[in-house]
Amino acid sequence: MGFISQILFAVVLIAGIGYFVRNINKLRRNIKLGKPVDRSDNKAERWRNMALIALGQKKMVVRPIPGLLHIIVYVGFIIINIEVLEIVIDGLFGTHRVLSFLGGFYDFLIGSFEILALLVIVSVTIFWIRRNVIRLKRFWNPEMKGWPKNDANYILYFEAVLMLLFLTMNAADHQLQQAGAAHYAQAGAFPVSGMISSVFGGLDVASLIAVERMAWWFHIIGILIFLNYLYFSKHLHILLAFPNTWYAKLTPKGQFDNLEAVTKEVMLMMDPDADPFAAPEETEGEEEPGKFGASDIFDLNRVQLLNAYTCTECGRCTSECPANQTGKKLSPRKIMMDTRDRIEEVGKNIDANGGKFADDGKQLLDGYISREELWACTTCNACVEACPVSIDPLSIILEMRRYLVMEESAAPNELNVMMGNIENNAAPWPFNQMDRLNWKEEIETT
Amino acid sequence: MHPLVMSEVIKVPTMAEYMGLGKVPEVLFWVGCAGSFDDRAKKITKAFVRILNKAGVDFAVLGTEESCTGDPAKRAGNEFLFQMQAVTNIEVLNGYEIKKIVTTCPHCFNTLKNEYPSLGGKYEVIHHTQLLRSLLDEGRLTIEGGKFKGKRITFHDPCYLGRANNVYEAPRELIRKLDAELVEMKSCRSRGLCCGAGGAQMFKEPEKGDMDVNVKRTEQALETAPEIIAAGCPFCNTMMTDGVKAKEKENSIAVMDVAELIAAAEDL
Repeated sequence: MGFISQILFAVVLIAGIGYFVRNINKLRRNIKLGKPVDRSDNKAERWRNMALIALGQKKMVVRPIPGLLHIIVYVGFIIINIEVLEIVIDGLFGTHRVLSFLGGFYDFLIGSFEILALLVIVSVTIFWIRRNVIRLKRFWNPEMKGWPKNDANYILYFEAVLMLLFLTMNAADHQLQQAGAAHYAQAGAFPVSGMISSVFGGLDVASLIAVERMAWWFHIIGILIFLNYLYFSKHLHILLAFPNTWYAKLTPKGQFDNLEAVTKEVMLMMDPDADPFAAPEETEGEEEPGKFGASDIFDLNRVQLLNAYTCTECGRCTSECPANQTGKKLSPRKIMMDTRDRIEEVGKNIDANGGKFADDGKQLLDGYISREELWACTTCNACVEACPVSIDPLSIILEMRRYLVMEESAAPNELNVMMGNIENNAAPWPFNQMDRLNWKEEIETT
Repeated sequence: MHPLVMSEVIKVPTMAEYMGLGKVPEVLFWVGCAGSFDDRAKKITKAFVRILNKAGVDFAVLGTEESCTGDPAKRAGNEFLFQMQAVTNIEVLNGYEIKKIVTTCPHCFNTLKNEYPSLGGKYEVIHHTQLLRSLLDEGRLTIEGGKFKGKRITFHDPCYLGRANNVYEAPRELIRKLDAELVEMKSCRSRGLCCGAGGAQMFKEPEKGDMDVNVKRTEQALETAPEIIAAGCPFCNTMMTDGVKAKEKENSIAVMDVAELIAAAEDL
C-alpha cells in the first residue's frame, strides 16, 4: 500500500510540475513575440529594485490596510512552502514528518506555520469582504466583469481551502499523536489546530488516519492545481513580479524613449551634405522599413508583454488615473488586461497553426483598445507610480499613439492643428516665432 | 501690480547679445512657448526675470531663436516632429555652448533634461524653483515673509516636475520661507493628481466623461481651504485658474506660480 501511494504521489507530482513547465515555456514563447529590448544595464540597481519592490513589498504598503493584509498572505505562503518541501519528501519516500528530527526547531516551524495559516485565512476573508461586500470601487470597474471577477474570488477560496486543509491535517495528526498511533510520533507544535482538534476527539484511530491522509493528499494536490492555475489567472504575479521589477525602466518616469529609426531619418534630413536624390545605401541584410509605434502586440517590446502577464488586476493604477477618476473610458488596468488577452489569443492561434501565426484580421488597436481610451491619457505617470510591481501602462499607450499619428495620421483634429503650429511657427499656438520676446518690452518699460 | 518705484531697469539680455560681447551667461533661461505667448504665463516669466535681476543672476534668453521643445508633439505620438524640434534646438543651444538651463515650465524641463541628451543635447537643466532655492541657500536672494505670513497656501505638484522627475521639495521650501502655512492636499507629491493638461491634453477637448480633470483637482485643492493655490507650471496654472473659476472662487482664491509668490513678497 505504502509503495503504491509513493508511486501515485510521484506521478501526481511529475504531472503537476510537468504541465506547469509546459505552460511556462508557452509563456516565454509568447513574451518573445515582442521586440527585444536591452535592459541589462545597472544590474545592481535592478537587483535592489527586485529585492525592495517584489520581495520587500515596498510599494504595497503605500495603502496600509491592503498592504499589511497582502504581506501576511505573501509571507504566509512563502513560509508555509517550507512545509511543502517536507510533504514532497514524505510523499516520495513514504516517511512521515521527515523533518521532525529538528526537534524544538521543528516544533517552532510547525507552530509558526499554523499561526501564519490562521492569519492567512483571516486576511483572505477580509480581502473577500473588501471585494464582495464593501465592493471597493476599483474591483467593480467595467473591465472586472466575468472572468476577472471570478478569478479573483477563486484565488481567495483556493488560499483559504489550502490553509484549512493544512490545519485539518495537523489537527488529525495531533489527535493521532495523543492517541499514540503507530507512525505518528510526537512532533510539531499545534497552537491553532490543537484548539480545533477536539472536533476529531470521538474518532477512532483508523478514521483519524483517513482524515489526516485525505487532508494531506488534498493539500498537496491543491497546491499543484493552484500552481497550474497560475498561468490561466491574474495570480501569475506571484512569480512574475520578480522579473518584472528587475526589468522595469530605471530612467526618470518623465523620460520617454527616442525612437532610433526616427533619429536616423531626422539626422539625414538635417544634414546639409546629404544628397536627397542619392539612392538608398546598399546595406547588407537591410531590414524592411519598420513600423512606427504599436498597433498589435508584435510591435510592443518584451518587457511590455511581461508587464501584461504580471498584472494582477489590483486596479491601483486605474484608481489613481485622472482620466478614469473623471469618468473617461481609459483604465490603465484594462490596457494591461487587453494586452494580455491579445497575447493569449495570438498564442492560441500559433498553437492551432502549427507554430506559426496565421493572420486573424484582428489587432490590439481597435480590437481591444479603443482610440478614445488612448487619447484620454494625460501621460501623468500616476498609473506607473501606483503599480506595486512596476508595470508601465503609459509606455503602451504612447506606443499606440505613435502608431496612430505616424502610421495612420489619425490624431484628433485639434492635435493636428497644434502639431501644424509647431511645424510652421515653432509653438503649439499660432503665434509668430519673431514675437517670442515681445514680453521683454512689456517688462522693461514698466 | 508691482510698484513703479523701480531703482533699476529690468534687463533681459539675449544669447545673441551675449555672443556679440563675447560673454557666456551663468545660465540660460528657457522661457517656453507658454511663458512667451500666453498672457497668464507671461506674468510668471516676468516675475521670474525680476527675481533673477534682483539676485544679480547672470542670465540670458534665446528670444526669437527659441522654439518649442517638442514635448506636446512627442506625448501626442509624433516622434518625427519632436525630434525635428529637438535637433533644431540642440543645434542652437550647442552653437551657444550652453551648459546650464533654467526653465519655468516642467514640460520643457523634463524634455530638455531627459530627452535631449541622447540626441546630442547634454546640459544641466533645472526648474526655476530649484534655482530659486539655491539662490536662497547661497544668500544671493532673501525672502521676507511679511506679505504671506500665516496665509494658507497649497501646492499643486506638476506631474512633469514631481512624479516625472522627483522634484517635490524645492517649491515647498520656497513656500515655507514665505512664513506661509503650507497645507497639503490629500493627493500630493508622488500621488498628486494631474491638472489635466499633460500629454498634449492642453490642446484638445477632453474625451467624454463625468467631469473635467482640472475641476476634480481644484476640488481637492479647495478641501484644504486655501487662500492661494501655488503651482510650478504654466499649464497647471491655467488649468487650476479655470478650475477655480468653475467653482466660482476666483474672488477669494488666487492661483499663483511660486516665482510670483516670491516676486510679490519682495515687491518686485
